[in-house]
Amino acid sequence: MNTATTSNSFLKSGVRRLLSSRLAETLTTPHGVDRYLELFNPTWSVHEVRAEIVAVKHGTADSVTLTLRPNGNWQGFRAGQFVRLTVEINGVRRMRCYSPANSVHAADGLIELTAKAHAGGFVSRHLKTALTAGTVVTLSQADGVFALPEQRPDRVLLISGGSGITPVMSMLRTLLDEKHAGRITFLHYCNTALDMIYANELALIAAQHANVELIRCYAQPEQGGELQGFFSREQLLAAVPDYREATAFLCGPPAMMQAVEKVWSEDGLSERLHLERFTVAPLVIDSGGAEGEVRFARSERLAVNSGATLLDQAEAAGLRPESGCRMGICKACTCRKTNGVVRDVRTGELSEAGEQEIQICVSVPVGTVTLDI
Amino acid sequence: MGIFQKLTPEQFQAIGTELDAIRNRVLADLGERDAQYIRGIIRRQRQLEVAGRVMLMIPPAWPLGVAALGASKILDNMEIGHNVMHGQYDFMGDPALNSQKFDWDSADTAKNWKQTHNYEHHTYTNVLNRDHDIGYGLLRMSEEQKWEPRFLANLPLTVILHTFFQHFVAVQNLKLEDYLIYKTKTGEQLKEEFKPVWKKMRKHLAKDYVVFPLLGGPMAPLVFAGNVAANLARNVWACAVIFNGHFPEDVEQFPESVIKDETRGQWYVRQLLGSANFHGGRLMHIMSGNLSFQIEHHLFPDLPAHRYAEISPEVQAICKKHGLPYNTGSFFQQTLSTWKRIAKLSLPGRRKPGNGATVPANDAEQPRELPLAA
Repeated sequence: MNTATTSNSFLKSGVRRLLSSRLAETLTTPHGVDRYLELFNPTWSVHEVRAEIVAVKHGTADSVTLTLRPNGNWQGFRAGQFVRLTVEINGVRRMRCYSPANSVHAADGLIELTAKAHAGGFVSRHLKTALTAGTVVTLSQADGVFALPEQRPDRVLLISGGSGITPVMSMLRTLLDEKHAGRITFLHYCNTALDMIYANELALIAAQHANVELIRCYAQPEQGGELQGFFSREQLLAAVPDYREATAFLCGPPAMMQAVEKVWSEDGLSERLHLERFTVAPLVIDSGGAEGEVRFARSERLAVNSGATLLDQAEAAGLRPESGCRMGICKACTCRKTNGVVRDVRTGELSEAGEQEIQICVSVPVGTVTLDI
Repeated sequence: MGIFQKLTPEQFQAIGTELDAIRNRVLADLGERDAQYIRGIIRRQRQLEVAGRVMLMIPPAWPLGVAALGASKILDNMEIGHNVMHGQYDFMGDPALNSQKFDWDSADTAKNWKQTHNYEHHTYTNVLNRDHDIGYGLLRMSEEQKWEPRFLANLPLTVILHTFFQHFVAVQNLKLEDYLIYKTKTGEQLKEEFKPVWKKMRKHLAKDYVVFPLLGGPMAPLVFAGNVAANLARNVWACAVIFNGHFPEDVEQFPESVIKDETRGQWYVRQLLGSANFHGGRLMHIMSGNLSFQIEHHLFPDLPAHRYAEISPEVQAICKKHGLPYNTGSFFQQTLSTWKRIAKLSLPGRRKPGNGATVPANDAEQPRELPLAA
């Protein structure tokens, strides 16, 4: 490191310390330092991770790949983890979870997020059509337990479907940067060859690395992939005969994930299968048996329990609690339940009756529930 | 007999439906425009604040510094703080503009403010014994308030209230009169309630009167004086705007009985009769936090305030249609009218019914009856 960069980073840490000091807090009370810093540059912040979009690319017809330059608060991520991305659409903030697809060793410090815009995807369509270079967005720190273990497994099997490719792409790129010696199988499922995100790069990687095997499986016939159709035990056995020896990482749509999980579970290998649920199966709400009422204590509102999730019921009551993924992943909607029992719609599990933090987007009240909203 | 007693249940319902329609239309239209507006105001406020604080340390620029800091504090409290804490921008989902999280440059805690203002004042607007803004426990602001000798000081106390407005508002939720005069509150209770208030007050006193003056070095006395002046300007202006919104002579006040089984239409009409507007240009509206449209604000406290000017013609049309008064005048007229009322009420006695086109305040000789609608 030369003297210039040393003094530069010394200056940076000095400024940072000053801006996080008690003095700075006192001078900017009650709004806080960030609210003044952003006057000068929208990415400046003492606490928040903000990022500027530096490039927007379209790898396939319905996807968008964003390259982001995060500010100094970004602490990096482990390959496979996700971030909560917040964008503003028509004045309203929306938060969604995306997994960076880049290698954790990327020297430029940039983050690459790829989103697939599907018809009902309000936010993903906005990302695809409306975001331009220069836009500043808010990020969370990386989160999630789906990640390459610190002790890298030797034999790696990466299974993905559709846009679930991004976290395993990050794993692959990371392993390659680390000159991983073990064998890596990249098994990807998508509808057609044209739909496949990162198709060219993956083909190139497979051609250049003897230890990387790329197996593409297209649902539509005559697409030219190595496989065709949907995941099955037979297909897996034929394509990856040694799958039992591998540490597997799985991310994809619910039906495909269920099929994969079933095989690993039947083989008693569940602990060798790491997985990330990108989307959840549609919630089944039983409104017939709903009873009691929902009490929103802080806003002094009361609603008859409709059987929907507490987030939906809060919104129906005119409240706007913070929320994000609406599928129990991002924890943005977590709030304090002061009383009552709720059911987790993902697992069907019942909560305790006392005070606890719950994710209201995946909780339905069982009888009367009081929330601190 | 006031208009409130004359309206039929059907009329109340029609008024409610018509006003709800305005509200729903605006709610459905909220978006980018509102976000840009409030962010633009916040940017301007922060620029004025930073510039003002710097100029206070440069003697030739001192008067400009006072003006800039004063304007910044007014914007912070009126168009930003008051409106954001009403939840007008909650729809944006931005934590920096969220009513539950926002705090303002005022000695009053956001929590206490939302209790006395958003809840008590806006729900029970101009209802005696419920809306503490009627006199702040300090003044006699209604004919129905029993006269006590202390109200002889109504006028000088009003001047003091204007001068130290932020601190009076800060302790409003403590209801000091219950301790000092009516002895219904113990010193212990008061002490406990004062703790969070003092915590907030302390921070603001330290910022304006200790830390920034010290940063000014040899200019410390100037900086100190500049902060006094800017806070004074904000206090007087905010208090005047608020008084003009509810206390001009023709604005109605209501007995507690009115809120029993009150319908939405009746609530709307009470808000209408209990508020008053004043005229002004765009700058006047912004600096008053659009409380120059106090009537619209009381009908729709959670709609972004910059929308009030746009919906005002429709509200006026509804008033005209149903024979309801729409109380407005120049800032000067409304101020004069307010002070006349304060002066009159410093003396015992009750006002006789007025005779103008607008509805008189309370007709004390005939206790008001509630409309039969329920």
